[in-house]
Amino acid sequence: MTLRQKLGVLAPYVLLVISVVPIFVGFLWLVINSFAVRTEGLLPVGGLTLENWSFLREPPFGRGYPSIWRVTFNTFLIAMFMTLFVVLVSSLAGYALSRLSFAGRKPFLSLTLILHAFPGVTLLIGIFFVLRALSLYNNLLGVGLVMIGFELPFGIWLMKGFFDNVSWDMERAALIDGASRLRVWWQIILPTIKPGIAALAIFAFISGWNAWLIPKTFTIGAGQQATLSVYLQNFQGDTVMVQWGAVTAVGLFQLIPVAIFFVFTQDLLLTIYAGGAKGGT
Amino acid sequence: MKVELVNLTKHWGKVVGADSISLEIGDGEFVAFLGPSGCGKTTTLLMVAGIYKPTEGTIRFDDQVVNLLPPKDRNIGMVFQSYALYPHMNVYQNISYPLRLQKRPKAEMRERAQKVADMMGIGDLMERKPANLSGGQQQRVALGRSLIKEPDLLLFDEPLSNLDARLRLSMRGEIKRLQMDLGITSIYVTHDQVEAMTMADRIAVMKDGKLQAYAVPNEIYDQPRTRFVAGFVGNPPMNFLEVEVTREDGDYHARAEGLDLVVPTERGEKAAINGKVIMGIRPENVSIGDGGIHGEVFTVEPLGRDDLVDARIGDLAIRALADPAHRTRMGERAPLKFDTEKVQFFDPETERSLLWN
Repeated sequence: MTLRQKLGVLAPYVLLVISVVPIFVGFLWLVINSFAVRTEGLLPVGGLTLENWSFLREPPFGRGYPSIWRVTFNTFLIAMFMTLFVVLVSSLAGYALSRLSFAGRKPFLSLTLILHAFPGVTLLIGIFFVLRALSLYNNLLGVGLVMIGFELPFGIWLMKGFFDNVSWDMERAALIDGASRLRVWWQIILPTIKPGIAALAIFAFISGWNAWLIPKTFTIGAGQQATLSVYLQNFQGDTVMVQWGAVTAVGLFQLIPVAIFFVFTQDLLLTIYAGGAKGGT
Repeated sequence: MKVELVNLTKHWGKVVGADSISLEIGDGEFVAFLGPSGCGKTTTLLMVAGIYKPTEGTIRFDDQVVNLLPPKDRNIGMVFQSYALYPHMNVYQNISYPLRLQKRPKAEMRERAQKVADMMGIGDLMERKPANLSGGQQQRVALGRSLIKEPDLLLFDEPLSNLDARLRLSMRGEIKRLQMDLGITSIYVTHDQVEAMTMADRIAVMKDGKLQAYAVPNEIYDQPRTRFVAGFVGNPPMNFLEVEVTREDGDYHARAEGLDLVVPTERGEKAAINGKVIMGIRPENVSIGDGGIHGEVFTVEPLGRDDLVDARIGDLAIRALADPAHRTRMGERAPLKFDTEKVQFFDPETERSLLWN
């Protein structure tokens, strides 16, 4: 191997490493800082401490504020609720849009695409009035519903793409074998697009787990209805010094499940970018 | 079971899939739908299956109109070109799926699936997933799945097109044999005229959504109703020449520039209509031998048993099957002998046969 060839092999790695280093350093700082009294650059100053993690034992803002466990439970609840609903509705709607011809199919498809591209922030005030009218303001259910609504256009398009890749013949074969339409969907089509379902579920879960704007807007402060992102923000009040140590610890705490989740599911997530699952045989 | 199609029509907006197809299929008969892609054969098949709803017309199974009957209530089996196996199920689950939908007991499912699988020669592959099977094995699984519920009607949609040539040949025989033994009424869609000729009791030739001819294979071959049928069935395809047929001294002559053939009286008299007609003659009825009309040999394709010779007489291109013993060479001049016994004549306007309508 000549020097030139060696460089050719190494160059992509060097480029990738260089571009990943800043991100990696950021995470490294997060970990170090959460166990340090203070840091200068990446170096802990004043020794290591577990004080930053005290929020696990007692609510850091005193009585009346929910414990971290309550908040974690809320977040988990919203993320799960969101995952279930988004997957269920998207896979049914995606199937219908991919397979059935009905009046208004095309306009519906364009509308969902527009909604997907629509900046959600501009809808916040409108949604506030709707939620208040439905008595769902400052309520986890309300927050969950809004988040599902924002996630659905993406989910429906994603699922439609996966259904489009399933061969018609397979569906026809099942119909002729004696299955009803719903059974074909459940027993034949869904199992063949499992990677798509899994990918959507993971996306929905992560976006529910990390959501900040909507929970922040439609719940009050760090009350019983708070989620982790909102809770985290309480450490950055206007009147008190920001406790960076605690912020990093809570941030890291929020990150753990997502990171673990990601390690086990990254293969599935990649199928989305690879343009969907291979349909049929 | 008898199947009857009456004026069966399917269109999507202005796109015509099938145009007023009428035919009857007898109990236990094996019928091939033959035509080029886009001719409406698969559309018609899917209407019989109940996947497409006819725009107009009637489908009858044994005198019962089934137009609106969903596929699951028609008791049919179907085999697809793509096999259409369920990739997440193993061979046993694939084959027994129709029984599972009928909620049959486990033991019965196991027994019947094994019987069908043994019949198809895949009895020892029950635990495999479709992805781990060869194309031929997958097609056998698909066949098994279509047979297990003992259907009244079997539908084949180009089932052999994805197999390699040798396997296609042996599967052709097996399907034919199986159909005869089981006596299940069958419709077989194909664009391969050899498959249609060799397997079917009757062939329905289709083009542009219309039924061109519906007859037994020999009749399709020897008495083609339209120029399209004549050209589509038979390999190498029939030669078509523009000629004028006249009567001279009691004989009928078909003439074109550089060509003068005496044709049989009973055929010639129908073609003598004062004007140009299209004459069709199959390559096997043109040979190379002494006393023929000289033409220039354009190409020679040795097929083993014969040489396929593409020759030119003036502007006329003619394919002939020559005895390899003649050692015909490209570029030389060779005498072309026409056996006019089986010559066909078509109206140049309507392209319908002048002999068989």
